[in-house]
Amino acid sequence: MTTNNEPLAQTPLNDLHVRLGARMVPFAGYAMPVQYPTGIIAEHQWTRESAGLFDVSHMGQVTLTGAGIDKALEKLVPGDILGLGLNKLRYTQLLDETGGILDDLMVTRRESDLFLVVNAGNKAADIAHMKRHLGDGSVTYHGARALLALQGPKAAAVLGKLAPDAAKLAFMTAGAMKIDGIEAWVSRSGYTGEDGFEIAVAAKDATTLASMLLADPAVKPIGLGARDSLRLEAGLPLHGHDIDTTTSPIEAGLAFSIAKRRREEGGFPGAARIQRELKDGPARKLVGLRPEGRAPVRDGTEIRDASGRAVGKVTSGGFGPSAGGPVALGYVEAALAAPDTKLILELRGKPVGAVVTKLPFVAKRYAKT
Amino acid sequence: MSDTYYTEDHEWIRVEGDTGTIGITTYAQGQLGDIVFVELPDVGKSLDAGDEAAVIDSVKAAAEVYAPVAGEVVEANDAVVEKPGLVNEDAMGDGWFFKIKIADATELENLMDEDAYKTFVEGLG
Repeated sequence: MTTNNEPLAQTPLNDLHVRLGARMVPFAGYAMPVQYPTGIIAEHQWTRESAGLFDVSHMGQVTLTGAGIDKALEKLVPGDILGLGLNKLRYTQLLDETGGILDDLMVTRRESDLFLVVNAGNKAADIAHMKRHLGDGSVTYHGARALLALQGPKAAAVLGKLAPDAAKLAFMTAGAMKIDGIEAWVSRSGYTGEDGFEIAVAAKDATTLASMLLADPAVKPIGLGARDSLRLEAGLPLHGHDIDTTTSPIEAGLAFSIAKRRREEGGFPGAARIQRELKDGPARKLVGLRPEGRAPVRDGTEIRDASGRAVGKVTSGGFGPSAGGPVALGYVEAALAAPDTKLILELRGKPVGAVVTKLPFVAKRYAKT
Repeated sequence: MSDTYYTEDHEWIRVEGDTGTIGITTYAQGQLGDIVFVELPDVGKSLDAGDEAAVIDSVKAAAEVYAPVAGEVVEANDAVVEKPGLVNEDAMGDGWFFKIKIADATELENLMDEDAYKTFVEGLG
């Protein structure tokens, strides 16, 4: 965590954000744009309707190298890394010994390494953890790289004009390509529920690339505020809120990310607990909640059953511009996790009804190529 | 004859006779961002200066509106409940929150006038 005395780090796009009129806020030790002058709702809707450009350079870009590094990484994550094909992405989690989630991340197999993108707030701890288990020489942090995300239904048309190969990428695949001469590593992935790309470039090229993308009338800059409302509507968990070391991937509804081989073989931290939860079901589950009325319900709000008994807590909550009202994620006892279950939220001392809702709140629209 | 006073919590109160109209400042709505929910006090409720009177939720966070001076709520602006974005569009006008019958006009002396509030906001950097 950053204190007020520590200077904030800046991403390579800092001057561009300021020039665009962004409100900069401290986030994970960086000065980051929370919104631009149009505001979070307009930015959110623009991303759902057109294409939004996000600076996610604060996230950690890490490469793992060495013989058998895929097998070695499987000792730290429950995802199938051995079976990950060339230039394919996999979503997985770094787990602690109890099966709690240290961080969630994307892993891409490239010709000469594994390319990882980890959360900004955890990157120092993640790197230390991986160095401890995989060896110092196997783990390289690429702090001087930038990461941009272009998200939305028009993202492929926009990026395809500059880099035709990008538009040919299937969902959750990646490749090296030039974007108008700039060397980039491009993946078809994101954190909004929309089609889109994440683009890693050298820091020196970041502003040129961002300006080039923003020159397209379909593209507008989008801040962290809308990034949060977009991911919340898409039902995507945020580490530090919806998932952390007190939650397992099974409780968090992330069983999809654990392949059959890994479930059977185990061999990752907390395997016994995760195998038990897969077999018997977890004691609690992360669910979507639609509060009645219009008041957003925030992280930490108590969840009660119809009789008033405390059954869990909200872990993320806010206003969903596309959902047209408040939306939330939270953990409840497994018996109360079925869609349409009626629950009660304690909002500023007053009870507010809420209904368990199947996730995502807003349908995902990933590329189907 | 009307006068507008300001608090350090970024409320304003516009005084006409013994009635005060209360809202949040343009600066405050800008800090909050898009406002999506407003909860107003019931008409007839008695408030002391500094009492929590209304709740605002922006996309980012919740915030409270405090009564700048004591009084009884005589009117609530249903338009901002229906359309919370009014607070962003016109914080000092159509985006008002509620009106009170001011109990003690001398309490207004504890508040800032427009020039003092401007200086106060500039000082927030």
